[in-house]
Amino acid sequence: MIAALREAVVRGGLLTRIGLALFAACFFVYLFGPLVLMGITAFNSSAFPRVSPWECFSVEWFEVLRNDQTLVEGLRNSVFIGIGVVALAVPIGLAGALMLMQINQRVRPWYYTVVISPILVPGVVLGISTLVFWDRVGIMFNASHETFFYNGFFLTIVGQATFISAYSMLVFISRLQRFDPALEEAALDLGATHVQTFRKVLLPFLKPAIASAAVLAFLASFENYNTTVFTIVSESTLTTVLASKVRYGINPSISALAVIIVVVTLLGAAVFEVVKRREQKAARESEKVARGEVPARARRKPLLLDPAMFLILAVFVAGLGTVYFAGTVGVEECKAAVKEEKQRVAQERVRKLQQQRMFQRAAPVAGEGEGEGGSAPAAPQAQREDSSGFESIFAPQNLKEQVESGPPAAGTESFQGIFAPENLESQSGAGQ
Amino acid sequence: MSAEVTLENVWIRFGDFVAARAVDINIRQGEFFSFLGPSGCGKTTLLRAVSGFLSPSEGRVLIGGKDMAGIGPNKRPTALIFQNLALFPLMTVWENITFALEVRGVSAARRRKRADELLELIALPGQGEKMVDELSGGQRQRVAIARALAAEPGVLLLDEPLSALDLKLRQHMRTELRDIQQRVGITFIYITHDQGEALTMSDNVAVMREGVIEQVADGNTIYDRPATAFVASFVGENNLLRGTVSAVSRAAVTVDTGLGAIRARAADSGGKGSLAVGDDAYVFIRPESLKFDEEKKMDNNISAQIHQQEFEGSFWQVFFSIKGSERKLKLSMVNDGSAMSHQPGQRVTLGFAPELAVATPAGPLAAE
Repeated sequence: MIAALREAVVRGGLLTRIGLALFAACFFVYLFGPLVLMGITAFNSSAFPRVSPWECFSVEWFEVLRNDQTLVEGLRNSVFIGIGVVALAVPIGLAGALMLMQINQRVRPWYYTVVISPILVPGVVLGISTLVFWDRVGIMFNASHETFFYNGFFLTIVGQATFISAYSMLVFISRLQRFDPALEEAALDLGATHVQTFRKVLLPFLKPAIASAAVLAFLASFENYNTTVFTIVSESTLTTVLASKVRYGINPSISALAVIIVVVTLLGAAVFEVVKRREQKAARESEKVARGEVPARARRKPLLLDPAMFLILAVFVAGLGTVYFAGTVGVEECKAAVKEEKQRVAQERVRKLQQQRMFQRAAPVAGEGEGEGGSAPAAPQAQREDSSGFESIFAPQNLKEQVESGPPAAGTESFQGIFAPENLESQSGAGQ
Repeated sequence: MSAEVTLENVWIRFGDFVAARAVDINIRQGEFFSFLGPSGCGKTTLLRAVSGFLSPSEGRVLIGGKDMAGIGPNKRPTALIFQNLALFPLMTVWENITFALEVRGVSAARRRKRADELLELIALPGQGEKMVDELSGGQRQRVAIARALAAEPGVLLLDEPLSALDLKLRQHMRTELRDIQQRVGITFIYITHDQGEALTMSDNVAVMREGVIEQVADGNTIYDRPATAFVASFVGENNLLRGTVSAVSRAAVTVDTGLGAIRARAADSGGKGSLAVGDDAYVFIRPESLKFDEEKKMDNNISAQIHQQEFEGSFWQVFFSIKGSERKLKLSMVNDGSAMSHQPGQRVTLGFAPELAVATPAGPLAAE
């Protein structure tokens, strides 16, 4: 199908090509648009995550993120649970995959269906059943509520591991299918015990699969919500904290967290790609050596000295430095200017309102309104776009800011009532 | 320490399928012994029974006089060279070679020393640091042999180890294997479906068909005096004439083939029922034993018509059609410089000596 598509691109007219380019653009915007947008909002000093109106380029939300105790604790718990899940699910998955390889051909499909079923069961069901099961077990042992049967970490690790171990089993199965069983027999034949065979032959072969399974298990645990929300009991993880935050009001520190996660992921992917290419290159080289085209070389360079690796690190460090510099230097001045402008705009609006009411009440006083309008174009330098200044009029927190005249970063809680209409009312009342 | 291997009435069954049937074999210490047979004849199964990867359903496997029942492959004094070699891809050449020592807890320094000795033996000195996939096919072959020898086995088992190599390398490795065997002096048990390999390398060959040992003998005997119709048809090329036994004397039988009575040596079937008058019998004549015999000087004569002639450099191959048979008879003769004086379609008389023809009881033949 891809070949046919390529054919169409090569043969097709300009229109086809434009259409395809448009489609591709839409597709990528659909895929990455939300991510990019969210990433941008992390650097806007505006108290609500948004791109427009743009206020000031700032890294303050990363600071807010760092100081957000519930979020940091949730993150810590998520990491801890992730490690626990890896420690539990990877060995279980490996054992399951080894078992699958060894059991009778006729039983195999049945076995496979059984061990894969946790993936098919909805996470909500797994969460509730984990909770109920261990509660029953706890009751059976007459355990108090302080015991691990009721501990959120224990329940979450166990609950997530039920289906994540099936994921890691799939990783191991695909690797084991490429394992030559003759290698195991060869090791046994040469006098190795079964344990030695496992350790010296099978385990080294499975090493890449163990790494992928561990990463997969960690990520699956880290981002899990629907099982965790039941099993976590009184503790919290990153996902549960985020969910409650969205429910009670949101600020760009969430975007900052997203940026960190995206950057870490990209970095990981880039490093993985470099490592993979090195391996492919090494394989090509050893083929050449086997054909006698080139002499065998000494051991390879260490990974950190690889130019591509070096480039990735350099770009990362440089980007981090630039963003930090741009986001901290001159931000206060910018914010002060933005605030001034907002205050000015708001005052103007209040004055206009007053004028309107005056018109409504009695004799229209001509000229005064015009005079005010004439003084408005003296726009402050900090205002980057003309339109942004006017759009922000409709943002309710501007009004509130004016009243409290506190820095926007000072308290996230103070913005929680942003959408409440009485704020607006009380404000305009005060203006009168 | 070389060891002898004895199979006593070994039966191996997989459900209803019988892979080995009452196998009785004694392989002397230090012998190069081959199992020869078409694929699926059970020879690999027997090898796995010797190496300990499966236990016989019935009968005993003895190595060095000791019953091996209940002894796992890692406790037996055998080393197996796998068909695909099964070298450890994640280890270097020297780590591969000394794996058997590593699992016994031999120090790295001593293993390095032993690896160097073995690399010398297999003519790959200084290649120890390479990875296995940096070696050519023949080199891998030799590394597999060195790895098996490092375990100092009493018996080396080889499961068609040359089948993956190209023809030239295969022929070279034959001599090399034989050389190594004579240098180390241990028992080699070699599995192959290639009769050339079996006949050139082995002290003794067992020819197998469907789990049954048809004949155990040295290469010459197998070729010149096949015991059964299967051996005669499987090993080398043979012309076949079908008939009925009309007379039996002490050393020869007379078989009525429809082309006249033919006298042939009776196959030595090892007491498994020899030919009697009235039995169906097959007479086998090697192409090189068949001669042009217009003067009818030989004891056996057949009239035939030349069908086709093929020139193969050092040989002439001549094919004849005979009365009452779809099969063509084949004659091969050394190209001694005298031009062929025969033409296709020409009627000729062929002759052969009775002692160069073998009569066996009628039985299954090897697939063409």
